[in-house]
This record gives sequence, C-alpha cells and structure tokens, in this order.
Amino acid sequence: MLNYLARRLVTMILTLLALSVVVFVVIQLPPGDFVTSYIASLSAAGESVDQETIIALRDRYKLDSPVLVQYAAWLSDILRGDFGYSFEMQRPVSEIFSQRIGISLAVELTAVIVMWAVSIPIGIYSAVNQYSVGDYIATILGFLGLAIPNFLFALVLMYVCYNWFGVTITGLFSAEYMNARWSVDRFLDFASHVWAPILVISTAGAAQLVRVLRANLLDELNKPYVLTARAKGLTKRRLIWRYPVRVAMNPLVSTIGWVLPTVISSSFVTAIVLNLPTLSPILLRALLSQDMYLAGALIMFMGLLTLVGTLISDLLLAWIDPRIRLGMVGAT
Amino acid sequence: MTAQTGKTVLEVRGLSVAFPGRKGETTAISNVSFDLNLGQTTCFVGESGSGKSVTARAVLNIVEPAVIKAGAINLVDVEAGQRIELSGLNPDGAEIRAVRGARIAMIFQEPMSSLSPVHTIGEQIIEGIMLHQDVDTATARDRAIKALRAVQIKNPEDAIDRYPFEYSGGMRQRAMIAMALGCEPDILIADEPTTALDVTTQAEILKLLKGLQESHGMAVMFITHDMGVVAEIADQVVVMLHGSVVETGAVDQVFHAPVHAYTKKLLKASMGLDEAAHGRGAASSDEILIETHNLSLAFPSKKKLLRKPGSGVQALDEVSVELRRGEILGIVGESGSGKTTLARVLMGRFQPQFGEAIYHTRDGVAKDLNDPATFRDGQVYREMRMIFQDPYGSLNPRMTVQQIIGEPLLVNGLLKGAALRDRVGELLERVGLPASAMERYPHAFSGGQRQRIGIARAIALDPRVIIADEATSALDGSIRAQILDLLLDLRSELDLSILFIAHDIGVVRYFCDRVAVMHKGRVVETGTAVQICDAPQDPYTQRLISAVPIPDPRKRHLVA
Repeated sequence: MLNYLARRLVTMILTLLALSVVVFVVIQLPPGDFVTSYIASLSAAGESVDQETIIALRDRYKLDSPVLVQYAAWLSDILRGDFGYSFEMQRPVSEIFSQRIGISLAVELTAVIVMWAVSIPIGIYSAVNQYSVGDYIATILGFLGLAIPNFLFALVLMYVCYNWFGVTITGLFSAEYMNARWSVDRFLDFASHVWAPILVISTAGAAQLVRVLRANLLDELNKPYVLTARAKGLTKRRLIWRYPVRVAMNPLVSTIGWVLPTVISSSFVTAIVLNLPTLSPILLRALLSQDMYLAGALIMFMGLLTLVGTLISDLLLAWIDPRIRLGMVGAT
Repeated sequence: MTAQTGKTVLEVRGLSVAFPGRKGETTAISNVSFDLNLGQTTCFVGESGSGKSVTARAVLNIVEPAVIKAGAINLVDVEAGQRIELSGLNPDGAEIRAVRGARIAMIFQEPMSSLSPVHTIGEQIIEGIMLHQDVDTATARDRAIKALRAVQIKNPEDAIDRYPFEYSGGMRQRAMIAMALGCEPDILIADEPTTALDVTTQAEILKLLKGLQESHGMAVMFITHDMGVVAEIADQVVVMLHGSVVETGAVDQVFHAPVHAYTKKLLKASMGLDEAAHGRGAASSDEILIETHNLSLAFPSKKKLLRKPGSGVQALDEVSVELRRGEILGIVGESGSGKTTLARVLMGRFQPQFGEAIYHTRDGVAKDLNDPATFRDGQVYREMRMIFQDPYGSLNPRMTVQQIIGEPLLVNGLLKGAALRDRVGELLERVGLPASAMERYPHAFSGGQRQRIGIARAIALDPRVIIADEATSALDGSIRAQILDLLLDLRSELDLSILFIAHDIGVVRYFCDRVAVMHKGRVVETGTAVQICDAPQDPYTQRLISAVPIPDPRKRHLVA
C-alpha cells in the first residue's frame, strides 16, 4: 500500500509539473509582458511609474532573461508561496488566495457533503420502491433540480427571502461581521447566510447523484447475489445496505475526483448572484481582464484539487471494492 | 442416512404464481403439486421458461414482482410433527425469514454472480449462520470453516478469507453449497447448480451433493434441463411444460415408461445425442483449409497491484490441428484449456509467440494467420466467420435483425438497398426463421432463435469456414439439437467446414467428424469422434468421457 501511495504521489508531482508548464504558457499568451500590462493599467488610472520601479520589477520577474529562466524563476517563486502579482486587484495573488480559500472551501465542501447526504438515501429509496409515489416525487424534484439554472434558483430564493421574510441572503456575513475576528456570533451570522448558497449549489448536483445511484442500484437489485442473500433470510433493509448498495456506490465514489473542481468552476454564477467572497468569481474576473498570474494560480489550484480528489477516490474504491484492491478488472 | 428418510418434509398443492401487468396477469405456473421427501432427490426438468425456477422460488416465497395466487406450501417439521404454511406468509416477515436459509436453503446456477463480489466467502457464510443460530462470531467462523471442509475445499482456514473471484467456478459452487448447508437445512433447493460447470467439475459437484445428502438426510429439489444429470441423481422426477406439471414419477418409470408425449420428446432429444447424426462423414475431403503447427502462446501474468507478478499462463502449448474441407472438427476441453484462445489466434485476435497458422483461401493462396497484416484486406474475414456462445450478448440490441445480418454485406460493399433486403430474407428463411423477422429487434426472439440469427449473419458472406465458439452451450437440450441439425444441413448445402469449440463432449459424437481434445493448452488426443468417445486413449480424455452423465438411471456411474 505504501509503495502504491508513493508511486501515486510521484506521478501527481509530475502531473503538476506538466500542468505548470501549461499554466506558464497561458500566462505568457497575452501580448506584452506582465510589467507592460502593469504600467498600462497604472497609466490608465492616471498614475505614472518611475523608471527605477520598472527596472526593479523587470529584474524581479527576470523578464529580460530567456523563457526557460523565467519559467524556473516563476516556479521557484510558487514553491516559496509567491504566486505573482494581480495587477487587476493590485495585490499579491497569494494574499487574495489566503483571504478567500478558507471560506471557499468551507462553502463548497459543505455543499458537496450536503449533496451526498441528501442524494444517497433518496436514490436508494427511489430504486427500492421503483414507480412508487415517493419515487415519482423524487424523480420530478430531481428533474426540476437539474433543469432550473442555478442563478435563477438563487434569484428566486433571494426574492422570496427578501419579500416574504425581509431577509437579505446575499454575501456570507452581515456588514458588522464582515471584517470581524471569528467568534461564536460571527459563526452564527455565517451560518445564517451560508445555507442559501449551499442549497443552491447542492440541488443540481444532488439531483444528478440521485439519478446515477438509482440507475446503478436498479441494475444491482436484479443480480443473483441479492436473491442469494434473501434466500439466507436477511431482512430487506439489511440486505439492501449490505449488498447492492455497496456495489452501486462504486461509480459515485469514482466521481469524487472531480467533484470539487467542478463545484468550484460551476458555482461562479451562483457566487456572483449571491455576492459570495469565494474563489470562483475571482477566476471569472481574472480570465476576463487577462489577469494572468491570478488565473494561472487558480488553474494550478484546481489542478491540485483534481489530483488530490482522484487519489482520494481511488483509495476509497480500493477500500470498498476488493476486486479493485487486488488489481483485478472486469469481474462482476 | 437417518431414520427419517422417505418422510415427506414439504407438500405443495395446487400452487399458482402470476406476474401482474398492465394488460392483466401472466401466469408463470399453475396448479403445481409435488412432495419433497427427506433423504431423496426430486429433479425438476423442462426447458427454460417452463416455470421450474419460479416453482423453486415460490417455495421460499421470493417471487416478486410475481405473486402466489393460489395453493398451499406446507413445510413439515418431521420430529415435532408441526407444519407451517409458507405461501400465505408476508414475503418480508419474520416467520418466512426464519425458514429461509435455516430450514430451506438454495443454491443457484451462476456461482460467480450469486455470491457478493465485495465480501469474502467467510463473511457470507458466517452471516447466514449468525442470522439463524445464537452463536458468537468465533463459533460461527469455526462452523463456516467446518462447512467449507465438508464441501472439500482445500485449506478452509485460508480459503475462508478469500473473495469469490479468487475461486475457480467449481470452488465457488462448493462455497455456495457450504453457505447453504451452514445451518443444516431440511431442504436444499438447487437451481441448475452444474449447468455453468465443465463436465468433470459437474461430476464432482453431483457426487458431493449426493454425499452431503446422505450424511445430512435432507430433501433435495434439483432443477436441471439435462436429462443425463436427472438419470444420475434423481429419486423422483417432475416434468414441467409451460408452467404446469405434465408428469411425475419415480426416475426409473419416467425414463423407461414415460407417459406424456413431452417427456418422450425430452428423452428422445437427450438419447439422440448418443448416436451419430445421419448421412455424415461423406463430404470431407483431403483438402486442408486451416493448419497450425506447434502454435504456442503464453500470456504474461497480469502485474497485480501490490503483488509480485507470478509466472504467466501457457494458453497454447505446441498446438497442431488441421481443418479439412467439408469436415466438422471439434475442439473439446474444459474452461481454461486454451480452445477459445486457439479460435482467437485463427481470427487474428492474438499473435502466437511460436509456430505457424496457415489458411488456404478459395483461390488457393496460403495466408499466414500469425501476421496481423493478413487480415487487412478482409478476405480472411469474408471466408472465415464466427458464431458466438451467448446469443444475448452477441447481437446488438439496438439494431434490427435486418441490420445485424446485413451488416457484413454492407461493410464489404457487396449489396445494398432492395438487393440487401432480399438477401437477408433469404438468409433468414435458410436458418428457419420467417423473412418478416427482419423488422424486429433481437429481444423479440428466444435464445434458440437468436442463435439462428447469429448463424444467418455468419453465412451471409458465403464463407468456407465457420468457427463456432461454444455455439450451443447456452441452449436447452431439444433446441441445442435443432441448432446442431441446422448447422449439419448448412454444411452440406453450402460446402462449409466447421471448427466447433465445445466443453460439452456429449454433443461431439453427434455432431463432429473429428475431435481434438485440449487440456491446459495442449492437444492431448486427436481422432475421429467415434474413436474418441468409444475408445479414448489419453487418461485425460478417458476422465472427460467418463464424467459425461448417461441419460439412463439404470446406468448410473457418476455418483454411485
């Protein structure tokens, strides 16, 4: 196992290196270099930059050296935690990151957990009681969840909350707690805001998971081993959880790899509508304004999340399914 | 045997089961009555769809989505003299669950898919024991090991912690039996338990079941479509047709004085395979179509995660066979003997490491089948066609029969439009299906009809050689005979040569001219079908032949 883990970690590092090359190319893509853009943005704001600063900057980012040297300098900066400078927001990228990453991960991880916690029981119920009233209700709600765009759901939710209950649900904090230190009060305030984005983000995902689990489980319920277990005299409930559900979970577990990056990149509309201080609106802004260091750092971050997620889902799969653990493929 | 032998433990009277549907009910079985006696085996025979399995499941009250409409199932506790009526119980209730697994246990046809793939054998046996007996985990584990030892699994202490996919087919069925017998039931229901197994493994499992029945004194309800198996093990026979019992009786009476016409037909179909088919052997000539010399192919063992790679598998070991024009050459062996690998080498799927495989085309050119480039112009594929084992899996469910049969004609650019349609109709009629069948999808056909469609597809290009890989293994007795007869007719009409791959040596005498017996990648014996069946020389062939059940209860030789 340790051997396997070590091998996976080495491949992960190599993949990240390859990704960094792509990201570096992306950063280099806009015409001119970083400092010319910086000067342009400053002079557009009516400020002038003295020659010494320019030289210092050019020197710092090795802009006059060959591309490979620039890449090496950029990479070693990243390893030291310096992701470059966002000229759009006029702050170091790492600073923007550290401000938002905690909140972002908190919201999105909770959304993912809610997604799973809701969809697994519903999916199982739907499959076991196929074509029952409950299954039809779950199916209709599921299709609604899939069909309604997130931003529309968020807008309707905002309208309903404000008009009927007089509550504003945008942002994640009330004004007085915005820049306060973490305390019980601030957490309660956070909780009173965060349910809305979590609800919006998790519905669509949950609806999808319910459909996948229902379909998988329906296949598994007809397998002969379920009949064997019934012939043993097991209760229906214990039987279903112990046998078909365990096998039906495999395809779900293998989606863990990309669920976080997907949630981050797909939740930006919600985040903009609800004015959330998470990472995804920043990614959009960075891409729109060609803020390449910021965009590059975000892409690197999502790549890292995908790799870690895939590793976690592979380890989980190996844990729940001995066929995968023992390196055998295709046995059913 | 115990003193209770012969006493009735289960009485089924007037049992009817129906599937509810939108257009009313479909009757699965109607008015079925029989008894099961302790220490005796009752065999249920009939073709697929005759209601044997539904009857078995009704005894355990697991028939959803169907429902038991009428009848009584009385389980008798011989010692206490009590009886329980099972058919009226709630299918998920505690009373029926106390019967399932404890007093009536069941084993199934597919030992792989009938065991959970993600639990160890031990977990699955222990679960059943702990469910019905008031014991702790350690005791249950000891009992499970004892049960595994009773079914003759080697190193049960080690085997108990293994997963089903680490077992061979025969071992899995043994593990199933151990699981069923974990709670010492009065009744064992065995639903086609040996159909998926090789003949030698089948003989071992039948022997094991008989021995266990004698030591436990239980009643066995054995479902099969193989009359040979019935003759070997049955005390009583129940013959089913279209959901009804058409004949019940002691085994000797059913075999030697059958009353119902259907019973006679079943017996005739099974006996028929013991004779060679009529008018054969005349066609074969000395012209060689396919020849192989010392073909050898080793698969490297899979590099397993977290494990050291073991030595590889020698799938083919110096295999030399030849297929002559007009003959049917049987390649016989157990699973894993390399017979399918040989077929795949001939079709260019694998390249052997040593040896040569030559195909002589219609124009007399010798093609080297070891060279992937040989297959590029498609000529070999036009002249050598395949028929597959699984009539369900080998037809695309989303294509109509016309598309399926017409595809080889279309991709080779031979026919299209109305001409293609006419040709497909002609092919369908040739294999005994109406031309109107071309509009329909494969799911509308039975297994035997699907296999006919597969044959029509194979002969569409007017081939010279047909490779039939277990083409009749998935079919019931009388349907199998029909398909074999169809292939025999086609052979003489179309001047075909057939390479017939089978694990069932029973059909070989009927169907093949010559036979090559394979064992562990080697051809151990080659000869005419009669010679191999009547006077086998190699000890392996002798073992294989002697494991074939004979459809006559007076000639029992496997379990006696």
